[in-house]
Amino acid sequence: MSEFVIIYFALLVIASCGAAYYGQRPAFLTLFSLTLVSFVLGIVGGVSALQFVAIAAGLLAFAAGISYSFREFLVAITKGNLSKELKTAPLTAAFGMFVIFTYAIAGIFAPFIAPYGEAEVIAAAFAPADENMLLGADQLGRDMFSRLIYGARNTVGLALVATSAAFFMGATAGLLAATKGGWFDQFMGRFADVVMSIPSLIFALLMLSIFGPEIHVIIIAVAIIYAPRVFRLTRAVAGNVVVMDYIEAAKLRGEGTGYLIRREILPNATAPLVAEFGLEFCFVFLLVAGLSFLGLGIQPPTADWGSMVRENATLISFGVVTPLIPAAAIALLTVAVNFVVDWMLFRSSGLKE
Amino acid sequence: MSASNKQVLLEIKDLKIEGFTGEEWIPIIKGVDLTLHRGEVMGLIGESGAGKSTIGAAAMGFARDGTRISDGTIEFDGMELTTATEEDRRALRGARIAYVAQSAAASFNPAHKIIDQHTEAPLHYRIQKRLEAQEDAMELYERLRLPNPQEIGFRYPHQVSGGQLQRAMTAMAMACRPDLIIFDEPTTALDVTTQIEVLAAIRDIVDQFDTAAIYITHDLAVVAQMADTIKVLLKGEEVEEAPTKEMLDSPKEDYTKSLWAVRSLRREQKSRPQGATPVVSVQNVDAAYTGGVKVLDDVSFDIYEGMTVAVVGESGSGKSTTARCITGLLPPKKGQILFRGEPLPPSYLKRTKDQLRQAQMIYQMADTALNPKVRISEIIGRPAQFYSGLHGGALKQRVDELLDLIELEPSKFYDRFPPELSGGQKQRIGIARALAAEPTFIICDEVTSALDQLVAEGILKLLNRLQSELNLAYMFITHDLATVRSIADEVVVMQHGRVVEQGPKDEMFTPPHHPYTDLLLSSVPEMDPEWLTSLLEERGVDNVGEAANV
Amino acid sequence: MGTLLFLIAKRLFLGLLTLLVISVIIFFMVELLPGDIAEAVLGMGATEENLAALRKQMGLDQPAPVRYLNWLSGAVVGDFGTSLISGERVTTIIGQRFMNTLFLAAYAAVIAVPFAITLGVIVALLRNTLFDRVANVVTLTSISSPEFFLGYILILYFSVQTGMFPAISSLNADMTFLELLHRTFLPALTLVLVVTAHMMRMTRAAIINLLASPYIEMARLKGMPPWKVIVKHALPNAWAPIINVVALNLAYLITGVVLVEVVFVYPGIGQSLVDAVSKRDFPVVQACCLIFAATFILLNIAADVGAILTNPRLRHPK
Repeated sequence: MSEFVIIYFALLVIASCGAAYYGQRPAFLTLFSLTLVSFVLGIVGGVSALQFVAIAAGLLAFAAGISYSFREFLVAITKGNLSKELKTAPLTAAFGMFVIFTYAIAGIFAPFIAPYGEAEVIAAAFAPADENMLLGADQLGRDMFSRLIYGARNTVGLALVATSAAFFMGATAGLLAATKGGWFDQFMGRFADVVMSIPSLIFALLMLSIFGPEIHVIIIAVAIIYAPRVFRLTRAVAGNVVVMDYIEAAKLRGEGTGYLIRREILPNATAPLVAEFGLEFCFVFLLVAGLSFLGLGIQPPTADWGSMVRENATLISFGVVTPLIPAAAIALLTVAVNFVVDWMLFRSSGLKE
Repeated sequence: MSASNKQVLLEIKDLKIEGFTGEEWIPIIKGVDLTLHRGEVMGLIGESGAGKSTIGAAAMGFARDGTRISDGTIEFDGMELTTATEEDRRALRGARIAYVAQSAAASFNPAHKIIDQHTEAPLHYRIQKRLEAQEDAMELYERLRLPNPQEIGFRYPHQVSGGQLQRAMTAMAMACRPDLIIFDEPTTALDVTTQIEVLAAIRDIVDQFDTAAIYITHDLAVVAQMADTIKVLLKGEEVEEAPTKEMLDSPKEDYTKSLWAVRSLRREQKSRPQGATPVVSVQNVDAAYTGGVKVLDDVSFDIYEGMTVAVVGESGSGKSTTARCITGLLPPKKGQILFRGEPLPPSYLKRTKDQLRQAQMIYQMADTALNPKVRISEIIGRPAQFYSGLHGGALKQRVDELLDLIELEPSKFYDRFPPELSGGQKQRIGIARALAAEPTFIICDEVTSALDQLVAEGILKLLNRLQSELNLAYMFITHDLATVRSIADEVVVMQHGRVVEQGPKDEMFTPPHHPYTDLLLSSVPEMDPEWLTSLLEERGVDNVGEAANV
Repeated sequence: MGTLLFLIAKRLFLGLLTLLVISVIIFFMVELLPGDIAEAVLGMGATEENLAALRKQMGLDQPAPVRYLNWLSGAVVGDFGTSLISGERVTTIIGQRFMNTLFLAAYAAVIAVPFAITLGVIVALLRNTLFDRVANVVTLTSISSPEFFLGYILILYFSVQTGMFPAISSLNADMTFLELLHRTFLPALTLVLVVTAHMMRMTRAAIINLLASPYIEMARLKGMPPWKVIVKHALPNAWAPIINVVALNLAYLITGVVLVEVVFVYPGIGQSLVDAVSKRDFPVVQACCLIFAATFILLNIAADVGAILTNPRLRHPK
């Protein structure tokens, strides 16, 4: 038995006893089940399995710690209702907000954070990591770390712009359709049905094959593909508002469409719409990442996470994980946004669940 | 039937129930005692939020999701429910304690035939074989006077009308011949004429099998027909309890007295001003919704300045559709609406700002009538700004004036949002919004039916006062005849989209009536506990007590 | 029964109409090309004669609606014209590959559908417990990961580190079925991971939505034990939402398959689509898009028809 195993179990048992003594039921249950699981795993998988468990548990605890302090930080710097609501945020949502915050910093200050330019060739192809290059070099000898940082700006930026375009088109049409009703509503509904019955990736590929993989084509394609989804949701949300008597009262007063949308409908639709923006961002982000993984997204030499995975994929067959880092970056941001959206949806649905 | 010398069936002591708000547990029931004897029917009455329904569920040892029984004891026939295992409690439900829900349409499973849902409990508890249970069901259907008792059970719930479903649910509750049935507002969702049948059926069957019952309702007149004793609840606490007759004749507590007093509000009938043109004149209006189903057929009536016309009818009679025609939301297919003798354009989109201003509307549900995300100052201020072009200090002064007019403290309400207000306050804001336009004519669409009685009375008084101060004409849509008595000058009775009778209020309330008016008037429950019995005798469906020993 | 048949017929008609509109979009979008297909194929250096010859060969001298009708009538019988690059019949290029793709999708579906629905129901019953929360976080993470991320992680672990499954799914005709299952296990597993998470969450939501109905409370107040409440009262009403969940996710499989095929170099129609897009081989792109869209629409129709058929209100009209 190695020292690691002894220390590992000793720490777990002491912590479990402590939790039990101070009556911390959930903490005790978690710690003690971890002890039991580790015991079984230790017998089956040996020290390496234990180390894996320890690392995983440590990472989780670390993430939880960061999320907790980030939430407390947010609660401290905000006031009033916002602060009260943040207090109710689960740790997952706090983790999501922290990740989004980090990505925003990385994206905005990319040129200051990244040690090299995104297209700068500084080493041999696939050079391993050293003190200059945190993650080594890519297939052309560019610094992976710098490209990763610039990727935050390019990939996320593109997805953000595309989502905003889709959102602007879809939400405007949805609000108008709900308010106006009649043939406009009917027509838009049918049109959205048709566009939505083409699988999104397929539709994007069709448009890119015709107009070429340019950034503006990607943005327009994504906007056309996702606007109907936003339209549907906005139409549904606004549809629920439009049947309210206060809308009838405003209509009978003689108010115009602009006033109805701005003052009466929008204030009641913001919460679900913001959550929907988050959800759509996730879809768009994954689609854009998928496109660039297929070589049809942002074109080289601009750094982009999807194409970084594709270009360095050969390394994976040698057991090197670096090509997976940009993919993980994509997954992490999407998870983060989903966590926050999940919380927002739960809040707006009240206690229904 | 004197219950006190019978055996105690259910005894609840110091019951406390809490509800979870998402952050903390707050008390809903704050220590209620209840003793029910075998065969006794107890009426639980109270306004919304009194906790009636929660106590009803607790009597079955059941706490709805998000609530918990935090203290007290519930003893059913010698068994303590709060400490019993879930299995033991479950074994009582359906077999010895049954439940009848408010909405039968939603409480029957759409996927199964009515009779299969009926026989589910007897089969589960192995009380009867399937065929036996089915025959028993048919017999119960017959006793509850359901049409085609042999066949109706083999239909699906959506194929049967609401009143019939409610009776089928009562039959289902009877399936295992329980000792106790909880009736949770079983007739609230029904029209008055349908309510009679269901009330009579429930009363008979409870009587025949000598079943104890807890009858939950907010309607005093209904509970007076059904219960042996009445318990009055307010905000999770008991106000008082007494035998029905005693409670009706001499209530002790002020709160109970005030509940009783509400129905006595009356108003002098005004007569039409000589030689004046009516403010609004509905002339031979036909209307249909898209799809062509005719909902209004040759509707005509006039409303004069300073007078209230009550439009009365059951759901689907076309009252609200008439209002939609007047406001121009639903342009009539035929006929026209005159305003001070001038025809109004059929659609509101074609009307001038001034025509729109003259006619305002107050809605039934103040919750949906006020935008929850807009401040009171803007809700009331917007019409003043929109029609009279007021802004800045003048606008603020006008809003303050209006808040004063509806008896709400301006400084307290100016900056608040509707969800922070009580139901009655919200309805007052709705009135203020209508007044802000300085109208001559206001349509009041069931404005008091969603409110508790005391609050409703306050609103009616306010409307009466505003009418005399501002010389307003009201069109008052309602299904409640007590409300008609307290506010109307003239009455229009509608059925199936037609006007069946109209005239001054006092004439309408004295016979002879049109047969439908008669049915409507006689179906409104009265506070007299003998009312249902004598009504049934009058109508010739007397079988009360007849089969008690079957 | 009359209304039921009418509803189904109406749904089928609407589906076919949508497909027709989509075929129009797919065909005429290519017409939006700056210049025309001939210029796109031959590039900048093409002479007028070459262009004219190619146009004639491709039938571009005919007006667009005529060409559309020709294309559509061919597509209906499975003839999508010839590839611009290789000159082969499009049907020869994608025929076998389409079968391969269907196989992969079916492989994933057979594992994912029962697994996800069972799990979804369990999670719905255990809602708001620790297990539910953990499942929520795990499924959210799985949904949020791009298919290629999951795919490469599986490759890294199962093929590079342990060598249990091949990283590249090369197929040939004389493989045994077991061998086939083994070869294609990793791409199928990737799809399973993504789709299961989606399906589980949707099943959970559908069931929880149902459990809030008054007739469920009624069943509980009738003293029915929990399993009877679920099996007799919730499930008969849950078919429509569950069928919907399955169809939506099978449809999702159809698109997810493109990325997975590229990661595992699987010889499916997704690969041909991506190749054709980068080579701008329009007949192949159009054919693939039409096939994908048709499958998608078919699944949606199936879901709606299923929902209609299981709705008691429609099955037993007044």
